[in-house]
Amino acid sequence: MPSPIITVENLSKKFIISHEAPERYKSLRDIMSNKVKGLTRKGNKQKSSFKEEFYALKDINFKVYSGDRLGIIGRNGAGKSTLLKILSRITEPNTGRITIRGRVASLLEVGTGFHPELTGRENIFLNGAILGMNRAEIRKKFDEIVDFAEVEKFLDTPVKRYSSGMYVRLAFAVAAHLEPEILIVDEVLSVGDAQFQKKCLGKMEDVSKNEGRTVLFVSHNMGVVTQLCKNAILLKKGNIIFEGAASEVITRYISNNTNESNFYKSTDPNNLKEIFFEEVLIVNSNNQAIEDFQFNESIYLKFRIRVNKNNPSALISFTLQNMVGEYLSTFVETLNRFTVKDNIAEFTIKLQPSIIAPNSYSFRFAIFNPSDVVFDLIEMVCPIRIIDNGTSMSIFEGVSYGNFFLDYEIC
Amino acid sequence: MADSKISVPELIIEPGRTEKNYWRDLWLFRELFYILSWRDIKVRYKQTVIGAVWSVLRPLLTMIIFTVIFGRVAKLPTEGTAPYAIMVYAAMLPWQFFANALSEASNSLVGNTNLITKIYFPRMIIPASSVIVSFVDFAISFGLMLILFVWYHFLPPLQIIFLPLFIILAFLASFGISLYITALNVKYRDFRYIIPFIVQFGLYVSPVGFSSSVIPAKWRLLYSLNPMVGIIDGFRWSILGEQKMYWAGFLVSCVVIALFCYIGVRYFRKTEKTFADNI
Repeated sequence: MPSPIITVENLSKKFIISHEAPERYKSLRDIMSNKVKGLTRKGNKQKSSFKEEFYALKDINFKVYSGDRLGIIGRNGAGKSTLLKILSRITEPNTGRITIRGRVASLLEVGTGFHPELTGRENIFLNGAILGMNRAEIRKKFDEIVDFAEVEKFLDTPVKRYSSGMYVRLAFAVAAHLEPEILIVDEVLSVGDAQFQKKCLGKMEDVSKNEGRTVLFVSHNMGVVTQLCKNAILLKKGNIIFEGAASEVITRYISNNTNESNFYKSTDPNNLKEIFFEEVLIVNSNNQAIEDFQFNESIYLKFRIRVNKNNPSALISFTLQNMVGEYLSTFVETLNRFTVKDNIAEFTIKLQPSIIAPNSYSFRFAIFNPSDVVFDLIEMVCPIRIIDNGTSMSIFEGVSYGNFFLDYEIC
Repeated sequence: MADSKISVPELIIEPGRTEKNYWRDLWLFRELFYILSWRDIKVRYKQTVIGAVWSVLRPLLTMIIFTVIFGRVAKLPTEGTAPYAIMVYAAMLPWQFFANALSEASNSLVGNTNLITKIYFPRMIIPASSVIVSFVDFAISFGLMLILFVWYHFLPPLQIIFLPLFIILAFLASFGISLYITALNVKYRDFRYIIPFIVQFGLYVSPVGFSSSVIPAKWRLLYSLNPMVGIIDGFRWSILGEQKMYWAGFLVSCVVIALFCYIGVRYFRKTEKTFADNI
């Protein structure tokens, strides 16, 4: 067993949250006026600011081996960025110890330190130095960087005149040519156009797979994590709650996002309507109520409809809506296809997997009579999210490319 | 496990750990220090019409005004036979250096927030590189003094070989005080308003427009608590060579400078680790 390249032991980082002053920096005036306030208002203690400790990371332990590609996933505020900041020595932990055996380059933002007044050429040297390359190294890779960024014509133009696309390309190109043993990357792939993103992802894979570098990667794009990382750790509220192979961790992450808001329950207390939706619940194949579904997972809609007065011609429509409420697809069933027992009709509808494209959706359900009567109508209910777990389009994650996958063949 | 990287030192991150490797790190990051100074110099006069001429023009104009006001209107004495203009300019050099360094450095950390929150390096590089930028200005202004020598047919005395010593002293004073103030400025943004005031005030409190010999003898030691007094006296002593050096006062200034350096480095090191959280 080789010894780990990164060892993290009992790592904690806490922040003090002051509840009165949310600003990040103080001015002398605030301190003085607070002191004065404290003098004059001795009895009235509740009003003075109180401080609360908040652990961004708590007792984190993990090891990374040479050549590993580790994904770090978790919701916003789970401590991902704090962890990266500690690993790249930007901020200090409060307890614990990290041992790193190798040169670290961290890429928490593309174009860190780019100066708008300087030309592309000058910024390559500046940014390279900031990321830890020396001049000889940059000179050696200069042509490669320019080539990758496709900006050779504008090398001597100040970058403030660059288009945002050119800017990002140049910035990433410099970063992509770093040669550290350990590369720490935070969400930088979510910039630039899709074509360039694909190129970046390719470069990242190249760096880690072919050159044997260790990569630590944070992203919200599960598709990208699946593609790039072998292993992953899942953070929640500053703790590692799961670690293992990337695909397993992602499955865990998605099923962990349970949420009670994704079911509908009628608020009509008197049951006055003739026919109405009493409950709609969305579950996965294990009958768990969840909000985030993987792309290749079936979605089950469980209905409970109260039928106070049966109407043989009543129809039920099921519509998939996007986040702005547009109708994406609808199908209709007759009510009498379902058995009604004790004035309740209960049934489940299964939506086939691998059709709805990764994005966020909700539903519209209606019970109506073809002539005119609408018995019940609910809209924008049961929000769900389809998570990209490695579709053919995963590199375009975040780009709005449509809502469905069509079956096609090349003839 | 490829053992080709045996030379790579093991890096340990622990609370309080940065203390131990600090000066070595500073050396490892010298390339960044070089390039940041280069950037600041390069950017300084971008999109200005006369560019680097500014660094000559400012001390020159101030010198002319001081010579007219203090020398002609107030009729203050010069030192020995030296032209008043050269006497003023000899003080102007370290003063401008100090004032520029202070104003540049005090905002340097806040101005480089994007670097501090995204990349690790010994933070001292940032204020240090702004002091370097001011030093380049100083070097340019120094050239103008040589022209003044020719203009007034003035030959500096032999003591001029001691001038580098006083330049180093001016450097230390600027650096020490800058470190302290820039670190404070991260936490208390008041300091960016205080600095222009100190600079303006200091110009009149320090013996820039007049010779420190006009100060009554009994106050001179106290006056030397202002660290710039010792430096300016030293500059004049080595450039003009007319007055005897007031060594007691000079020593006091040196002690004050050393104290500022110590406090500056110490406070900076102490707060440095929280810059990324506070800025």
